[in-house]
Order: sequence, then C-alpha cells, then structure tokens
Amino acid sequence: MKWRYLKQQLFLVAVRISALIIAVAIGGFLVYIFVNGIGAISWEFLTQPPRDSMTKGGIMPAILGTFYLTAGAIIIALPLGVASAIYLSEYAKGGVVIRVIRIGVNCLAGVPSIVFGLFGLGLFVVFLHFGSCILSGALTLGILILPTIIGASEEALKGVPQTFREASLGLGVSKWQTILRTVLPNALPGILTGSILGVGRAAGETAPIMFTAAAFFTAKLPTSIFDEVMALPYHVYVLATAGTHIEETRPIQYGTVLVLVALVLGVDLIAIIMRSYIRKNKGW
Amino acid sequence: MSRKVKEIIIKNIFLLFALISIVILGLIILFLFMEGVPIFTVVSVKDFLFGTEWCPTYDPPEFGIWSLIVGSFVVTIFASIIAVPLGVLSAIYIAEIAPPLIKEIFKPVVELLAGLPSVVLGFFGMAVLAPWMQETFDLPTGLNIVNASFLLALMAVPTISSISEDALYSVPQEFKEASYALGATRVETIVRVIVPSALSGISTAVILGMARAIGETMVVLMVAGGATAIPESIFDSVRPMPASIAAEMGEAPFRSYHYHALFATGIVLFFLTLGFNLIADYVSHKFKEVGSATL
Amino acid sequence: MRDNNVIETKNVNFYYGDFKALTDVTMNFERNRVTALIGPSGCGKSTLLRLLNRMNDLIAGTRVEGEVIFDGTNIYDPQIDPVDVRRKIGMVFQKPNPFPKSIFNNIIYGPRLSGTKSKAELEALVEKSLRQASLWNEVKDILGQSAMMLSGGQQQRLCIARALAMKPEILLMDEPTSALDPISTAKIEELIEELKKDYTIIIVTHNMQQAARISDKTGFFYIGKLIEYSPTEKLFTTPSVKQTEDYITGRFG
Repeated sequence: MKWRYLKQQLFLVAVRISALIIAVAIGGFLVYIFVNGIGAISWEFLTQPPRDSMTKGGIMPAILGTFYLTAGAIIIALPLGVASAIYLSEYAKGGVVIRVIRIGVNCLAGVPSIVFGLFGLGLFVVFLHFGSCILSGALTLGILILPTIIGASEEALKGVPQTFREASLGLGVSKWQTILRTVLPNALPGILTGSILGVGRAAGETAPIMFTAAAFFTAKLPTSIFDEVMALPYHVYVLATAGTHIEETRPIQYGTVLVLVALVLGVDLIAIIMRSYIRKNKGW
Repeated sequence: MSRKVKEIIIKNIFLLFALISIVILGLIILFLFMEGVPIFTVVSVKDFLFGTEWCPTYDPPEFGIWSLIVGSFVVTIFASIIAVPLGVLSAIYIAEIAPPLIKEIFKPVVELLAGLPSVVLGFFGMAVLAPWMQETFDLPTGLNIVNASFLLALMAVPTISSISEDALYSVPQEFKEASYALGATRVETIVRVIVPSALSGISTAVILGMARAIGETMVVLMVAGGATAIPESIFDSVRPMPASIAAEMGEAPFRSYHYHALFATGIVLFFLTLGFNLIADYVSHKFKEVGSATL
Repeated sequence: MRDNNVIETKNVNFYYGDFKALTDVTMNFERNRVTALIGPSGCGKSTLLRLLNRMNDLIAGTRVEGEVIFDGTNIYDPQIDPVDVRRKIGMVFQKPNPFPKSIFNNIIYGPRLSGTKSKAELEALVEKSLRQASLWNEVKDILGQSAMMLSGGQQQRLCIARALAMKPEILLMDEPTSALDPISTAKIEELIEELKKDYTIIIVTHNMQQAARISDKTGFFYIGKLIEYSPTEKLFTTPSVKQTEDYITGRFG
C-alpha cells in the first residue's frame, strides 16, 4: 500500500516539475532578454537607420521592413484562408474531396519554413522574375501562414451555432446570404483573432525571407514592393553570425531581439486576450 | 440567372479557394523538382543520399548529403528525448491536475513559447548557451548537438503539449467516472485509463513535434555548429539539412550544381516532413474512427 | 374537401444514411387548422416536420423518397429551389434562436434579404409581425436593443414574429415551448389559437396535454410510421389503434 502511494506521489512530482521547467524556461528566457536588451532601446534606436557598418545607430528600416512583409502576408492570406474555411465549414459535406483538402492543409502546415524559402525563391524570385523583394517575401510568408488562417477561420465558423443557420434558412434566405449576413459576421471576431496569431508567426519567421526579400543592409528605405528590405529576424541573424563585429554589436543584437520578441509576443498576447474575451462575452 | 444557379456558382468558387492548399503543395513539389533534379545529372540518387562527402565548392565537388541527413535525425531524436516527456507530462498537468487559475495562466505561456521566433532561440543558443557550455564542460565548441537539441526541444514542446492536451480532454468523462467508481485513485485513473485512451492523439502530437524539430531552420543554422561529418559524440557539431540550405544558398551561384543540390536537399527534407505529417494524419484519423468521441 | 388541403405527403420514406427514419408516411394538412404531431422520442415526428420545408437538406447524408405536394407541386422536384419553399413555409424551432442583433433587425432580416427595401414598409412589417406575435406592447420601446436581452418566452415570440414577417402560408413549430416556463408556454399556446385564423400551423410536441389543448387534428407516430391520424378529440378519447392508446395513457414513451 505504501509503495502504491509513493509511486503516485512520484508521478505527480514529475508532472509538476515538467510544467515548472517549461514555465521557468520561458520566464527566465524573457527576463534575460529583457534585462540584456533594454539598455540598447532608445528613441534613436527605434527611429534611426544603422550607421558605421551597422555597429551603431538604430534598426528603423528593419522594423519598417518587417511591418511591410507582415502586412503583405496577411493581405494575401486572409481572403484566401477565409474563403477556404468557408468551403470547408459551410459547403463541404464529407467525402473524398474534403478529406484530400484537409490532408493538404495539414501537410502545408507541416512544410518546413526553409522549404517555403526555396519555393519562394523558385517561383516568385526566379520564375516570375519578381526578384528578391517585398512582394516575393510577402507572398512566401502569406502561403506560410495560410494554414493558420484556415484553421482559425474554420474553428470560428464552426463556433457559430447551427441554430443561427437554421433560423436564417428557415426564413427562406439563401445559403450564400445566410453565410454573408449571419455566419460570417458572428465568426468575425474569432477569424481576426486567428489572423493576429498568423501576423505574429509571419513577423518572426526568418528562413522564408532569407532568399526572397531580406537584405543585409539597404542604403535607403523601400519605395516600391519590388525593393529589397531589411527585416528584424534577419537582422538578428546577420548581426549574430556575419561580419567582424559580432562581439562589438552584442548590445544592438540584444536590443533587436528584445524589439522582435516584444513585437511578436505582444501580438500573440493581444490575440490570446481577445480570444478569452470573445469566449466570455459572446452572445450565445 | 436563377438563384439556384447562382448558389451553385458561388459554392464552386469557394471550392476553388479551398483547393488552393493542394495547388500550393503541388507547386512546391513542382518547383523543388524543377530546381533540384538537375543535380542528378552529375550524381546518382544513391550517391546523393548516401554519399558521406558534402564538399559542393571543391573541384571536383562532392554532393553526398548523408552526414546532413544524419545530422537532422540526431538533433531531432535528442530533441524528442527531451521534449516528449516534458510536453506530454505538462499536457497531463494542464488537462488533469492544475487548478483552474494556474491552468488559465499556464496555457497562454505554452502558446507564447510556440510563438517565439526561432531566430531568437538561435540567438540565445549562440550568445548565451554556447559560451557557457564551452567553458563549463571544457569543449572545443559550444555549438553542438546538445545545444541545438535543447533549443529544438523548446520549439517542439508547445506542439506536443497542446495536441496531447486536446487528446486528453477528448477522453469521455464516463471512462474516468468508471475508473473512480472502481476505487482507482486520480493517478491510477490518469495512467491506466486516460493516457491509454488518448494514446493515438498523443502519438500524433509526438510525430508532429518531431516534424517541427526536423524542419526547423534557424536554431540548427545558428547553434548546431555546421560540421559536415558523421558525429561521434553528443558534443560534436553537425549540419542538419535545413542549416545547410539556409547557409549555402546565399553563396551558391544561380543554377550551379551547388544550387541544384540545395534544392534537392529541400526535396529530401520536404518528403521527410510530409511523411511525418501523413503518418500523423493517419494516426489521428484512425483514432477518430474507433474512438468513442464519434458517438 | 380537396381544396382544404394546403400540403400533403405521399408515401414518404426518409433516410439518415442507412437508417430509415420515416416509412411510407401519407398525410394531409388542412388550411387554417392546427395539426399536432406526437409520439415518443425518435419516432420521426420532428423529421417529418423538417421535411415539409426542406430543412433536412442541411443534414449531410439524408435522402427522401415519395412526394410532398404544396401548391400543386412536389417540393422535392429537382426544379424547385428550397429557398422558395422556405419563404412560404416558415419554421419556429425548439430553442428560441434569435440572431445576436437588435429586435428590429431580427424581424427585418428575412424580408430585407428577399427584396423588401423600403424603410416605411419594413417598419410597418415589424409592428404588424410583433403585434401578431403579441409581443408589440412589451418591446415597442426597445426595438433597437439586442434580442438576446429578452426572456426565453419573449425570444420565442420574437422568433414567431420573425417567421410571420415573411408572410408564410404555413408555420411549422418544432416543440416551440419545450424550453420555456409554464407562463410563457401558456402565452404561446394562446398565440397559436390566434394565429390559426390566418395561417396553417403544424406543431410537433412532446406534451400530450398541449396537443389536446391546441390542435384540431393529431397524428401519432411510432418508429417512423404514422400510426393514427384523426381529429384530436377522437384520438385522445377513443383511439382506434392499440399503440395510440398505450401511448396516450402513459404505458410507454
């Protein structure tokens, strides 16, 4: 009897320690980044371009570039993803087609980010002659976050009570009008939440933009979607691995990492808070 | 146009949108092959996959990616050894043990971990873990298998944890009640009833977690060290496939054999992760058909 | 006599996948009458009701055999658009299901999407429908407020008003009071009495007293078959089939 009790206690301890390790790892990590990075943050850092072979100055072009790429990705992925989800949730009635589409979405979600990079290089940069630029990068990132948007939108659409659809159809309203006037408006908050998570993902990715959009350094800010840009994640990578000033630029690296982490986690946090708010306050 | 015809047209427009994921997958395969296959004019598929010399810039160059494949598997396996227990146990904690308040906080924390950009973890590995390991264990370099595996594990934990958690939640309440009614304790119920019932879901979680690790780029690019040799110790450096592609594509001349070889490495990586994902899909689908969740 | 029938089913079979939910149901429904469908759970009464305005189309893997004749045409004819059918045959559901919109917007949702654009017309329609549903006096000052604020009984009358705003010929009601308290139930029953002057009402109910109180004819269903269909009084006092008697005297179900 005693051994049975002891075994159970050991299990509980193991479970709690696992959770604790994860909590401490992420907590410690965030604190470490904050403490080391905050010193580099200044108005100048956020609003000025780099100077003196990137050993001084700010990261404004990288912030701006990440903004352009992310905005482009969401503009591309949101309509496609929502339309996909509408089919999966509202029209599909089971069967082989839907099964194949679903496997396709799952497999697309599992494609390694570097493979997206190769694909973007092959299709957008080379085949379509866009070159390495905002457009190519945004398209690549848009495809990368497409499964995220589809998944979130589908979940939001499925969350709209079936009774709403019945009420509308029972009034002799057509299916399309029912989707447009009842289902979609009620699913919108959930769709937006999911899209914000997609934004966070797109903003933090490095590998897909390495060959499709990101530049080590640009002398001026981009003026068209066919310009190369600097981007925060790529900037971190470049400063940490290339060049002769790795140790010298450590503070700038930590500062850039802090800005990137704050940006991505801030966006994720907004989505998480929005989601729990929607769950508590939805009218049905 | 009658309303009925219009509805049918609208439905089919949405079907076209829904097919876009499949189309993109097809395009990915097409372009990987278009840019990758030319390498096989200078090296056989067998020599490419199993050749142990990766010297694409030598004269004559050698295009054997065996050490890259081994590198990928080694870091993935070690990452799994760390991430699977952490992920599954923390899922059990959230689903069955944690008090509501802690659960409310802990779940978003795991989600935030999932959202951390990989380049940031890679940076942390380079700037903090590597020097510390090098000094503490007196190693030639801190950029090695252990360091990379540890960080990859952090990336795989949220995947494993959240999918396992869903599987644990979907175990029917009746199973638990039946177990408690027979005099089983909470831990016995978890270990003997809940976890076995959720096993296929947990397996899916583990497979997808491993897929995430094997396809992850920035961490292995920055932290694995980049050596193109078959490792002999866990403190050796390796050069997993994604790292090789990311590091060399910038320098490989356009449409040179080196460029094609990197795309061909992408083919291997793509089908490897595709395999993982199809297995995961199969396992979870089978589970849905036999599980009582369908009733 | 033939003129009095608004809608009728002819040898209808209905399947959910392989499961046969209705077997050979032939039944007619008379104009300006309340017809009740009763029977134990799973007997097919709700299935039949939803079949009358093609709401079962929404469920994947279902199949209909036989004919449902409304206005002289079979509504399951491939040429027929279910949307047109539903505009003429309204439905009120088991649980009140207002949209999370204002009371006003709930009522005009259907009419506006089927082409009524004039503001004055819509406003008149809102008042008329709410009056018909005996809800006007309670909500006339709060038309702009969310329908979700209303009580369950008020929500259900709103849903009735919403259905009436489409000016249907038939109103199908699927256990409309099962989620309501006794007072709200009484109000709805009164309303049904009132509405039958202008509409044909077909109601599914679990509650035999309710069927006895409000309906003119009653059909008793058991395992997918129409067992007995007679004037309500006759069915409840002198049923002609043994199974009906067993059911209404509470021996099963």
